[in-house]
Amino acid sequence: MTEPLAIELRGISKAFGPVQANRDISIQVKRGSIHGIIGENGAGKSTLMSILYGFYRADSGEILIGGKPTEIPDSQAAIDAGIGMVFQHFKLVENFTVLENVVLGAEDGALLRPSLAKARRLLRQLADDYEMDVDPDAVIEDLGVGQQQRVEILKALYREADILILDEPTGVLTPAEADHLFRILNGLRDEGKTIILITHKLREIMEITDTVSVMRRGEMTATVRTADTSPEELAELMVGRKVLLRVDKKPATPGDVVLEVENLRVVDDRRVERLRGIDLTIRAGEILGVAGVSGNGQSELLEVLGGYAKGTGTIRVNGQPIDLTGRTSDARSRRARGIAHVPEDRQREGLIMDYRAWENVGFGYHDDPKFGAGFLMDNAALRRDCEGKMERFDVRPPDPNLAAKNFSGGNQQKIVLAREIERNPDLLLIGQPTRGVDIGAIEFIHQQIVALRDQGKAILLVSVELDEILALSDRIAVMFDGRIMGERLPSETDQGELGLMMAGMAGSGVAA
Amino acid sequence: MSVIEVIQLLDSALRLATPLLLACLAGLFSERAGIFDIGLEGKMLASAFLSAAVASYTGNVWMGLFAGIGASLVLAAIHGVASITFRGNQLISGVAINFLASGLTVVIGEAWFALGGRTPQLSGGARFQAITLPFADAVADVPILGPVYAQLLSGHSILVYVALLCVPLTWWVLFRTRFGLRLRAVGENPAAVDTAGVSVVGLRYAAVMICGVLTGIAGAYLSTALSAGFVKEMSAGRGFIALAALIFAKWRPWYALGATLLFGLLEALGNRFQSLDILGVTVPTQFMQALPYILTVVILAGFVGRAIPPRAGGEPYVKER
Amino acid sequence: MNDAMPRWADIVLIPIINLVLALLVSGIVVAMIGENPFEALVFLIKGAVGSAYGWGYTLFYTTNFIFTGLGVAVAFHARMFNIGGEGQAALGGLGVALVVLTVPWPHWLLALPAAIVGAMAFGALWAAIPAYLQARRGSHIVITTIMFNFIASALMVYLLANVLKVPGSASPESARFIEGARLPNANDLLPFLGFPRSTPLNVSFLVAILACVGVWVLIWRTRLGYEIRAFGHSEPAALYAGISPTKIVMVSMLISGGLCGLMAINAVMGEAERLVIDPVQGAGYVGIAVALMGRSHPVGVFMAALLFGVLYQGGIEVQYEIPGFTREMIVVIQALVILFTGALDNMVRAPVERVFLSRRRQPVAPEPTTPSQPGGHPEKGQAEP
Repeated sequence: MTEPLAIELRGISKAFGPVQANRDISIQVKRGSIHGIIGENGAGKSTLMSILYGFYRADSGEILIGGKPTEIPDSQAAIDAGIGMVFQHFKLVENFTVLENVVLGAEDGALLRPSLAKARRLLRQLADDYEMDVDPDAVIEDLGVGQQQRVEILKALYREADILILDEPTGVLTPAEADHLFRILNGLRDEGKTIILITHKLREIMEITDTVSVMRRGEMTATVRTADTSPEELAELMVGRKVLLRVDKKPATPGDVVLEVENLRVVDDRRVERLRGIDLTIRAGEILGVAGVSGNGQSELLEVLGGYAKGTGTIRVNGQPIDLTGRTSDARSRRARGIAHVPEDRQREGLIMDYRAWENVGFGYHDDPKFGAGFLMDNAALRRDCEGKMERFDVRPPDPNLAAKNFSGGNQQKIVLAREIERNPDLLLIGQPTRGVDIGAIEFIHQQIVALRDQGKAILLVSVELDEILALSDRIAVMFDGRIMGERLPSETDQGELGLMMAGMAGSGVAA
Repeated sequence: MSVIEVIQLLDSALRLATPLLLACLAGLFSERAGIFDIGLEGKMLASAFLSAAVASYTGNVWMGLFAGIGASLVLAAIHGVASITFRGNQLISGVAINFLASGLTVVIGEAWFALGGRTPQLSGGARFQAITLPFADAVADVPILGPVYAQLLSGHSILVYVALLCVPLTWWVLFRTRFGLRLRAVGENPAAVDTAGVSVVGLRYAAVMICGVLTGIAGAYLSTALSAGFVKEMSAGRGFIALAALIFAKWRPWYALGATLLFGLLEALGNRFQSLDILGVTVPTQFMQALPYILTVVILAGFVGRAIPPRAGGEPYVKER
Repeated sequence: MNDAMPRWADIVLIPIINLVLALLVSGIVVAMIGENPFEALVFLIKGAVGSAYGWGYTLFYTTNFIFTGLGVAVAFHARMFNIGGEGQAALGGLGVALVVLTVPWPHWLLALPAAIVGAMAFGALWAAIPAYLQARRGSHIVITTIMFNFIASALMVYLLANVLKVPGSASPESARFIEGARLPNANDLLPFLGFPRSTPLNVSFLVAILACVGVWVLIWRTRLGYEIRAFGHSEPAALYAGISPTKIVMVSMLISGGLCGLMAINAVMGEAERLVIDPVQGAGYVGIAVALMGRSHPVGVFMAALLFGVLYQGGIEVQYEIPGFTREMIVVIQALVILFTGALDNMVRAPVERVFLSRRRQPVAPEPTTPSQPGGHPEKGQAEP
């Protein structure tokens, strides 16, 4: 190899307590290239990049920047070494202007005025060079996510970064915004910058990277030239075995309408309309999959159906209207109407992480007479109930006294699923059922969802994983910007068409 | 009420507002950096004690002032260690500091002076003396403006003028310097500051220490300028009134001046009159004393101009990807 | 056991280390003012528990601190910091005084339940406004309860100086309570234990123990307690489960204020037998230290309250024995306990956790622990067993 290396990592290891997040990782990235790092959630990608940006110190190993061994004890050292990072969750001061955010930490001298003037000139130039137009005087909280991301890139460029790391940059972007981002990145590469793109999306890797490294369970399993590989091969390297995302299921036999939603609207705290008139129906014995880039109203849809966001419009369950704003518009009343809910974020909402498993199996149903008479709770009944659920849902370890936080993601999800499914609901709302869940548990969870459908229940499935939507759904609705862009049958569509609809570019027409 | 009486009342208000203003600006630095400080009261008390004690030993009020600032800085450092280094609960730390000061001032005071928790009476060079501004005597006879200048503005101790100068200075530091930009940023989103390569811990300690210096001056003013010596619990809730003023002022320097002058005026009114007749309704003096607290609750309730505190306030910073 | 350390270490070991640290620093302070800390400690313990007289006062103080400690603890479970115990207890005193002074009570057995209702109602009332503002307007409960302490103090001074004062008397205090409302003290109830007539320990101590049991049942055995704890751990989760934040904030603060107010049956009805200017004497603030040290558990609160009872009574006795010693030293110890158990908890906890982790790592591969992460992207820290 004669080309100079921008970054070389040698034998990086990092453990958090008993968890080995990175194990003996070595990687070489050529100057002026786009290098992808792909892996499942939890594979250790972000940890590795945090080490490179001085957020964590590696337990062992060596970092070479431009061929020179470099110590990176903190972010300032990373910046000095020419590294810029765009985090998945932006690190911007929301009530500062774009200019102030760009200048922060990279001021010239103790007074602000000259720094701001210089930054204004430079921003204009950068905007011209890379088609990154942002108003320097706009306040961050008034900007969209795509624009905020550009501010993050500008921050790195203002600090004269030669190496730019982007952590899951398209998670919050529409396909059109993502394309724009990729154009910017290509432009930067042509200027000689080195780019590291962390993602779990194969499509992005194939589309833009020159080389790609695959991570699994904290280890680097392969580094290949993108041109020499295929999505199938990368997928196998990522998960370690052939993935079978086709779920075995019989054709649906839909029965009566269970859920009817008409013109549902939700306005958030900032008075932004998050749902702009949703109409949908779900019948007994069918799974309606809602696809979309996260942040397009799916969360609000689940929250308002689940009873903890206010909305306007009409929702009927089994023909009876539901209170959307009054005294019975809470989650408790929804449960009483036969709606069960596996929330998108199980750690924040679905479980009390410090409660033991047995306390969690009653969560949301804690006033059920089954769990105690009057105002007292029957803890023994909860424990018995928990033991049964743990056995039926194969929760490991099957210890009701363990706090929820001490279970793995997959087993946490099984606890939530057991609690909600065993209520025998008419309608199950389920958001991101397999986020942060290992492959083994994914299959189990998918089987449970299909089994519930086969019992004649209505299921609303929200997922950002298109594969999951395609594998499970009997019908697919695509959401974009608070609206449903259209419905499709899984047999009559593909990722390409759904992707376009998710970007708000095609749609209309209702299948079935 | 005659013009002279009004001027006397305002003069008294300015004197009483000074410690509030200094403590309020102190809290402003701390809270703008994301560190809640309900220990202003304790720091003020500790400083009041030590400055009076040292001033009485040395006979030099400046030595007293520096000792007072030192006492306040020690407590500020404890608050910093608890809430920044060990990421403890800032409110609990503040409560602890208040008690620590309240107990230690009496324990040490009794051990040193055996005067029931008081220090000896200060006089001469051991106290801050009034300063007469230039031409004060010359213009005293000019109607209205003369007395305003000669009696209201002139004739205060140097710390009053220091406090007043701190207002534009604070504004300038906060909004016109690199330090101010970073300080405000660290109170809003410390992760942004951290990823920009600036030390969150360093900035927050700096803010907490500035807070210590300013509350130190406030405390010294209490015992060596406003009074002539330390008395047990002499801060008398002023730290909390300063906190109230800070909320009232929405964490802004010029508003802080307004809020503390208002609260100073309320205290002056309460001292001057046992009860006030306003439009035929008798207002008891206790109501005047409680008014700053009541006003703050009303502001906090958001019925009159909602106060939005710095977003990262009270939260210890933990790195997250 | 999968947490970083066993439960007993969290509940017993750490508070004890914290206490030892607090006493150590206090000892240094005592030594620095030229007294012998060991001598002071001996006098303190002897004064507090060395005689029936000492016990009588110690348990009287303990009673106060149990009430305020429980009050602060209940609010802690809902993740609220009630600094307003001082004001709520003062208002509780007002409630007791009004109940006792308006009815010619024939016997304390009738007067006590009524006084309990009065004390709790007024204490709860004083907590209700900050609670409402927190629940509905998002006003920070810590700041509003501090403000309400000062407002309460002004209100009490006004009422005692203008309304409740005995006509013709110079002192700002209410009329003395009638004999029919006098609570039996330890000497009346248990004459064979030898408590002197003058000790203020009274039947309220039993009420305090009942309150401990009641709070334990409430927090760990009732649906409401389940909801309070759930809300305290995670507000988004509470919403998901259909638990109303408004209800929990209001109810837990009302209970908290009521418990703090209840202190008045001991201090006002049991001891002073009249309403005086400051019936609380800082007990509301001691409740913070007690709740922190007792880990918000009724048993812990009881133990911590007893400890502070010993410190308060013993501190007064030391004052008589050692001329240079002032009882404010107790306030210093109290401050240090709050500092070490509350604010500097991590300073002690982190090293202790490391010790336990390193001892556990060798024999078996431990289960991974997952820090709860906002945002729901468990990037790491999870592995399937």
